[in-house]
Amino acid sequence: MNGGIYWEQEVETINKDKLRLLQLERLKNTLINVYENVEFYKKKFDEGGINPYKFNNIDEIQKLPFTTKEDLRDNYPFGLFAKPLDSIVRIHSSSGTTGNPTVVGYTQKDISIWANLIARDLYSAGVRSNDVIQNSYGYGLFTGGLGIHYGAEKLGATVIPVSGGVTERQIKIMVDFKSTVLCCTPSYALYIAEVGKDLNVDFEKLALRVGLFGAEPWTEEMRREIESRLFIDAIDIYGLSEIIGPGVSCECIYKSGLHVAEDHFYVEIIDPITKKQLPTGSQGELVFTSLTKEAFPLIRYRTRDLSSLNADVCKCGRTHVRMRKPMGRTDDMLIIRGVNVFPSQIEEVLMQVKEVEPHYLIVVDRVNYLDTIELWVEVSEDVFAEKINDLEMFEKTIESKLYAVTGINIDVKLKEPKTIKRSEGKAKRVVDKRKGETI
Amino acid sequence: MPVKQLTVFLENKAGRLAEVAKILKDKNINLQGFSTTEARDYGILRLVVSDTELARQSLKEAGFTTHIADAICVKVEDKPGELFKVLDVLAKEGINIDYIYVIAGTRLVLSVQDIQKAEEILKKNNVLLC
Repeated sequence: MNGGIYWEQEVETINKDKLRLLQLERLKNTLINVYENVEFYKKKFDEGGINPYKFNNIDEIQKLPFTTKEDLRDNYPFGLFAKPLDSIVRIHSSSGTTGNPTVVGYTQKDISIWANLIARDLYSAGVRSNDVIQNSYGYGLFTGGLGIHYGAEKLGATVIPVSGGVTERQIKIMVDFKSTVLCCTPSYALYIAEVGKDLNVDFEKLALRVGLFGAEPWTEEMRREIESRLFIDAIDIYGLSEIIGPGVSCECIYKSGLHVAEDHFYVEIIDPITKKQLPTGSQGELVFTSLTKEAFPLIRYRTRDLSSLNADVCKCGRTHVRMRKPMGRTDDMLIIRGVNVFPSQIEEVLMQVKEVEPHYLIVVDRVNYLDTIELWVEVSEDVFAEKINDLEMFEKTIESKLYAVTGINIDVKLKEPKTIKRSEGKAKRVVDKRKGETI
Repeated sequence: MPVKQLTVFLENKAGRLAEVAKILKDKNINLQGFSTTEARDYGILRLVVSDTELARQSLKEAGFTTHIADAICVKVEDKPGELFKVLDVLAKEGINIDYIYVIAGTRLVLSVQDIQKAEEILKKNNVLLC
């Protein structure tokens, strides 16, 4: 298997016609599985007049019903499982901060497919069996930790299951154990860089050379920041627990879009309002159908993540369609005085302004029936100037760039260092006081 | 010789200046003089202290953003016309002052674009540099 640039050359470079046939075959099995074993889907198919035994054209997927996060919550905890608990070997779950958590299950075969997908992703990012992988994703109910762990072992690499948090120890391990690969959220990677700087760690001299970062959307500017501070290649890996966890898609070394594992997931882009499938290249909401999962198959799951697809064959030779780095979520979108604003737009502006570290917080409120939006930015030593004029200029530059990009006035507030809470998992970038959130 | 001036970024919050003063007291650092400049939500504190490096390190450890810059320091006497004497020399040479403040009663701290040039001019005009 090893030796070349592919983990599984045949399926990674499969031609499109063969891939469609493989997908159709697997989708038919999935439809029968959910129809026979999941009450929710049986009811939906019957209502929609869908006969899973006669399904014979992959394009007809557009006639199938969607599945949403609300459906998962309504069927809490095990209502959408297609296998009895007896054949389920693992459960993962979301944190459930805004309602019932979503719960997912895996059979032995599901786990093994997942591990293989992660191994494929690591391999395409240039990771090999002689690498030392520091896995700083949280271990536990969150799919990141164990998902990467099993894939890294499958690849045959050395895994350090350090999990998230205790950043000084992370850095000590990175130095002493000579970790070559880091896996964590992109915001935590930057936090490690910051703590390392305080401890006078010279990242250029470390063995670390690649990072696979995911579990939250991040921009190209943030990639440059991580790469220049940690002296590594920063690769985006995407996934969500509902579909499998990390490994739904991942960048190759060319970092020009994330290859969707199309042999296991059917991907569509839809218009989030009309719910119609959009042609390749259009921007919209990502929708996935699992093709091989046994325990927790999902039909047309609406991710709420915004992206677009690129069907061109990649420089790396892989034929699997590439999705653009997710630029935000339909539910992250802030509506400020009627204007749609994505936190990712604000981050991009901030990273364009020279030398700003991305320690920022977007604070939204409503004062006298009017929406207000503030951007808190920490003043680091790199930014601090001796004269008040320079600081005011810095503030105004960000404000005018923000206005150019978003079309609304965003009030920039300069803050002392470390006044904004750091995250060791998913970064919290927005506090929306209109929803009762507090800083 | 220019003096070392320590600059600190402060948010406009009650107790922040007191916090700086406490750190200097705890480290037994003598404060020779200071000035503040404020914008809407934040301000800049400029300090001349007995041990600039120690003060900077201590403030940094406490989470303050700091900066060290050179500034001119001149000695004046405690009598009418002394400020004018210094300002007049600089004005005649077309040197703009960015900011100026008094430390220890009879010393002026001031900042200009070209410190060396300004110091030479002051010396030539019999202004006593500290």
